[in-house]
Parts: sequence; structure tokens; C-alpha cells
Amino acid sequence: MIYKAIVFLPLFGAIIAGFFGRLLGARPSELITTGFLLIAAALSWVVFWNVGFGGETIKVPIARWIASGELDIAWSLRIDTLTAVMLVVVNTVSSLVHLYSIGYMHEDEHRQRFFAYLSLFTFAMLMLVTSDNLVQMFFGWEGVGLASYLLIGFWFKKPSANEAAMKAFIVNRVGDFGFALGIFGLFATFKTVQLDAVFAAAAGAVGKSITLLGYQFDLITALSLLLFMGAMGKSAQFLLHTWLPDAMEGPTPVSALIHAATMVTAGVFMVARLSPVFEHAPYALQIVTLVGAVTAFFAATVGLVQNDIKRVIAYSTCSQLGYMFVACGVGAYGAGIFHLFTHAFFKALLFLGAGSVIHAMHHEQDMRNMGGLAPKIRTTWAMMLIGTLALTGVGIPFTSIGFAGYFSKDAIIEAAYAAHTPGNYAFWLLVVAAIMTSFYSWRLMFLTFHGKTRAEPDTFKHAHESPMVMLVALFVLALGAVVAGFVFKAYFVGEAYKAFWGKALFEGPHNHIMHAMHEVPAWVVAAPFIAMVAGFGLSWLYYIAMPSLPEATARAFRPVYLFLLNKWYFDELYDAIFVRPAMWLGRALWKGGDGRVIDGTINGTADSVVWTTGRLNRLQTGYVYHYAFAMMIGVALIITAFMFYGGGLK
Amino acid sequence: MQLDGIGIGHFLTVAACLFTIGIFGIFLNRKNVIVILMSVELMLLAVNINLVAFSAFTNDLVGQVFAMMVLTVAAAEAAIGLAIVVVYFRNRGSIAVEDINMMKG
Repeated sequence: MIYKAIVFLPLFGAIIAGFFGRLLGARPSELITTGFLLIAAALSWVVFWNVGFGGETIKVPIARWIASGELDIAWSLRIDTLTAVMLVVVNTVSSLVHLYSIGYMHEDEHRQRFFAYLSLFTFAMLMLVTSDNLVQMFFGWEGVGLASYLLIGFWFKKPSANEAAMKAFIVNRVGDFGFALGIFGLFATFKTVQLDAVFAAAAGAVGKSITLLGYQFDLITALSLLLFMGAMGKSAQFLLHTWLPDAMEGPTPVSALIHAATMVTAGVFMVARLSPVFEHAPYALQIVTLVGAVTAFFAATVGLVQNDIKRVIAYSTCSQLGYMFVACGVGAYGAGIFHLFTHAFFKALLFLGAGSVIHAMHHEQDMRNMGGLAPKIRTTWAMMLIGTLALTGVGIPFTSIGFAGYFSKDAIIEAAYAAHTPGNYAFWLLVVAAIMTSFYSWRLMFLTFHGKTRAEPDTFKHAHESPMVMLVALFVLALGAVVAGFVFKAYFVGEAYKAFWGKALFEGPHNHIMHAMHEVPAWVVAAPFIAMVAGFGLSWLYYIAMPSLPEATARAFRPVYLFLLNKWYFDELYDAIFVRPAMWLGRALWKGGDGRVIDGTINGTADSVVWTTGRLNRLQTGYVYHYAFAMMIGVALIITAFMFYGGGLK
Repeated sequence: MQLDGIGIGHFLTVAACLFTIGIFGIFLNRKNVIVILMSVELMLLAVNINLVAFSAFTNDLVGQVFAMMVLTVAAAEAAIGLAIVVVYFRNRGSIAVEDINMMKG
């Protein structure tokens, strides 16, 4: 019952606010959805306690869904430790975002719709994480995609928001296509989409191959890569990342909930959930590591030069997702999920903090027009500071004292070292990314809160602290960002990890990464700390000590600066490769195929009928003697015919 | 019945001539509806000549009886036709043939 309540309360909230919101009014809709979410969040912690530390897997059947031949799919909730962790993350962040939105959206006319979408998103996300089979997971997967689309385009009067929403939807389609193919492939191979059955059968499929277009592929590797393609789309990994920064067009609470804490981590969750399949495909895992490491590095470089406060955090999210994939790729699923868990708190905190800044600045998002805000909004500044400390991973090396990111990010970097990738590229990319993470995070802090203000005097004068309803969410998340690391470290990646995760995460017989990562050299353990300090120092030098330095650097390395500012020209590249040809093809089919051929045929037929009847019309002169004459001629012709051919009487 | 030198062919020729004149009266006439009525009468009379001639040459009275019927109908038709023409003139002020084309498509 408690499990069903967790999953379906948000759905009820969405239905009530969505369909009856007009009747109820804005405030009751807000209270109902937020109330339901708070209940669900409280229950999630109970479940986390019971299942996570009880260790058993619980299944709650709900209904039979599809039964067709061998395909037999039931709705059921699968609650194990992994699910419990996700339930806590999703419901906690979602309920806080609901609460925060009451304050943040208080001027908006469509609040009912907004809260309905938020709750709908939460339901879809819960469906995803509690799924017991791949089709149900795909349902949730598409559900969160839909909710993301609706929420990015929430301010539908802004053309840029509509475009961003469409972009997110379309780019996700690419990944989802791979995911769907992966599910089809799994069903074709194992004749089931039930997770347990697939996991049990996965080991037996090692070494089999699949022939496609004359090429031989290793079956399990191909399937894993297809599934990972879905994860890449949803989690905005390198090549499919372009939608995430644009998704910042949505309201800031949406960015915090969907594009930082929950939906974008669905890919990481999926890889961890399907670890029994991925573990049998070492080649696919190497790809996962490579993509993750490249994303972590790439997104961090772009984050260095962005000016929009939300975009910096968006690229930071993209980068941190790369870290999580590296962890999964090297087999340290526990570390990946741990980072997902801690990241949800501090990234949601940063986003909501940024939202608070934007709220204070009357929807100004450009950091070049901020600065010196710390005395004006002291509480927000403190919360953002905690978020930044957690994101950059501040802590004292070789001890258990530090913010959340200190534990999870360092665990991933150590795991990346222990995995011994070729040339240790994963480790080095992550360390460099850590320097940049620290740099751009502090850059954000310095540009926004410190130095002399560059804001318009009027806006600056009216900058005000956010209301309590918004700050409460920040306080709770800040608490998570501070303590989530050292409280849970032992369970997620430490000594007790086996008992904690139970059967939820699978490790192959050759996978010893969870042990190896604790036995890396001391300099590796210290590396993230050094990177963090280096990034902070550089940032301080650039934006506090010598504020003229950034401009000088940008001028000196102008091509590099432009390359980064334009996000490695990915949008332009995709525009040229995919968008333009697609537009051209569409236009050709529209104008030529549809307009000329189809409409031409149909309209031509209609026009020819009009033309013919017009001609025939003229025969009808209205003069009786013309008709009589025609009759006469007809009679004469018939008689003549009779005379010559005997009228058929022969 | 026997007439010197005059056979049925002559009667039929006269009837055909009258009929053709009637037809041309209808078609070539551009002026007056009454001329059309007269032409129709002419065609009916041509038919009557045919009927009477065949009746005489085949010694069968039915043809002549039928001719009387046709005359009656022709009289009635003339009466109705003229009445229509009168009414039409009252309504339209003209009975010129080219003005009567309300059925034009």
C-alpha cells in the first residue's frame, strides 16, 4: 500500500490540478500537489530505511498490461535498494521544488498547469524507477520526456522556449530510438522483458552474435550499446547533449527538478539497473567510460565561458553526469549512484539558489549584469556557497570530513584510476574536469555575488531576498548537500556496500573495482583536492584579484575562447548536418510532393470537371428551336442507321 | 381508289415538302413565336396528308379517323399555344424568339 501511495499520489495530484485546477483555483491546486508530494517524500524515506537497510526486494503487482503470445507484461512495482535510493532522490527534490515553486511562480497565471505538469513528471519518473520490466521503464522514460517537453515549453508565448522544448524532444527521440531497439533486441533474444528473467538469462547470451546487414555483432555488446544510446539521450551525454543547455528556457524550478536532479540521471539509473546485462559486455562498458569521460571534460570546458547563470549550471550538470557514467563504465555502479544521490541535492540547491538570484534580480540571468549581490541576499548567498562547496568537492583528504561532493566525486575519480583505462585517460580527463568544475563554480559565485556590481542601479536597489517558502527548500537541500556524503558513504561505496545494495547492483566475477578503488596511491586520493584548490585559486585570481585578466585571456586566446563560447560549434554542426537537410527534404516533400503531385492531381481533376462542364454548359442555349433541331438531327441519324443496318432486325 | 397518273408517291412527296417547310419554319425563324406555332400546324397537316393518303390507297378507314383525331388535337394545341403566347406577351412585353431563353444553362 505504501509503495502504491508513493507512486500514485503524484498522479492524483496531477489529475486534480490538471483537470480541476480551474475549478479549484491556483492556491488549492498548489497545496494539494505539494501536500501529496510531501507525503510521498516522507513515505520514500520510510521505504528507503526498510528496503535499503532491510535488503530484500519487494514486488507489488498492480495490473496485467499486455498479453500477446510470448509478450506478457504486467504493471508492477519493483522496490529494491536502487529503487529506494531513486525514490528518495525523486520525491525529496520534487516535493521541495513544488514548495519552492509556490513562491517562485506566484506571479504566473497558469500555476495550476505548472503544478500539474510537475506532479505528472514526478509520477512518470517514479514509474521509471520502480519498473519491473523494460516496457514499463520505457513508459516512464517517455513520460518524463513528455513532461520535460511540456515544462520547458511552459512559457509557450516565448518562441525560444518552444524551440528549446522541441529540440529536447527531438534529440531525445534519437536516444529513445536506440533504447527501443535495445528492448526489442532483448525481447527477441530472451523472449521476455521481465528484468529478473533477462538478468538470469544474460550470462547465457555471452559469445552469441547477431548478423545485421551482413556484419556480425556480438549480441550482448550490441544490445548494451543500443540501451546506452537511450541513456546518452536522456542524460545529455556527448553528441546528444545539445538539448540540455537550451532546456534552461523553462522555469528555474523545472531546471532544478528535471534537468539537474532527476530526469537527466535516468540514464545513469538505467545503466546501473541493467548492470547484469552491461557486466557481460566489457566492450560496451569501455564505450560508456569513454563517453562519460569525454562529456565530463567537454561540458566543463564550455561551462568555463558561459555568461548565463543557468547555463553554467546546466553544463556543470552535463559534466557531472559524465562522471557518473565513468563510474558505471568502470564497474563502480555504487559510486555512480552515490554521485547521482549527492549531486541531486547540491545541484538542485544550486539551481534553486540561481532561481532565487533571478527572482531577486527580476528575471535577469546574465552574470555580466550581476555582481556584488551577497550583502543584498545573504541567505541565498550562503546556500549557493554550500552548493558550490559541495559541487567542487571540498573536504579534507584522507579523512571523512567534507561536503557531499567530496565523497562521491572523489570516489569516482579513484575508481577511474583503479580501472586502468588506456593511458589512464579517464582519470586524467576527470581530474582536469575537476579543476574546471572548481573554476567555473567559483566564477559563478564571484561574478554573481562579489566584486562591484554591474547591475542596473534600479534593479540592484530593488534586489530582495526570496520569501520563506522558497528558502525552506534551499535549507533542506543545503542540509542534504552537507551531510549526504559522510552519512551514506559507508553504505553506497564503503565497507557495507555489498549488504546495502544486495542484488540490486550486479558485479561480474572479474569486477573488483569497488575494492581496488580504496587501494589507490595517495597522490591519486589527493588529486581531486589539488584540482579543486587550483580551480579556486585561478578563479579568485581571475575574478577577484585581477578582474581585467579574463578579458585579456579571452583576447589572447580568441579562437579558443570563441570555440568554447560557441559550445564547440555543435549546434552549428548539427544544423548543417541534420537540421538543414531535414528542412530541405521536408520543404521539397511539402512543396513538390504534397503541393505539386498530390494537390496537383486532385485539384487538376476537380478543375478539369469544371472546365468540361463549362463547355457542356454552352450547349444549353435556352432556345427551344436548338433543342428541337438537335432532336431532329438525332431522329434523322437514327433513321439513317436503321436504313443502312436494318435496325438490328436482320 | 385510282387517280389518273397520280400515285401515292405524289401524295407522300407533297407531305414531305410540307413537313420540311414546317421544320425550316421553326429553325430559321428568329422573329416570332407565332410563326413557330404555324410551322407546327404545318407539320401536323403534312402528317395528316400521309395518314389520309395511306388510308385511301389501302382501303382502310382507320387512317382517316386518326386524321380527324389529329385535327382535334391540333386545334386544341393551337388554342393553348396562342394562349401561352398571349400570357407571355403580357408578362414580358415581347414574343421575339431570341428573348425566350430562360432555360439557358
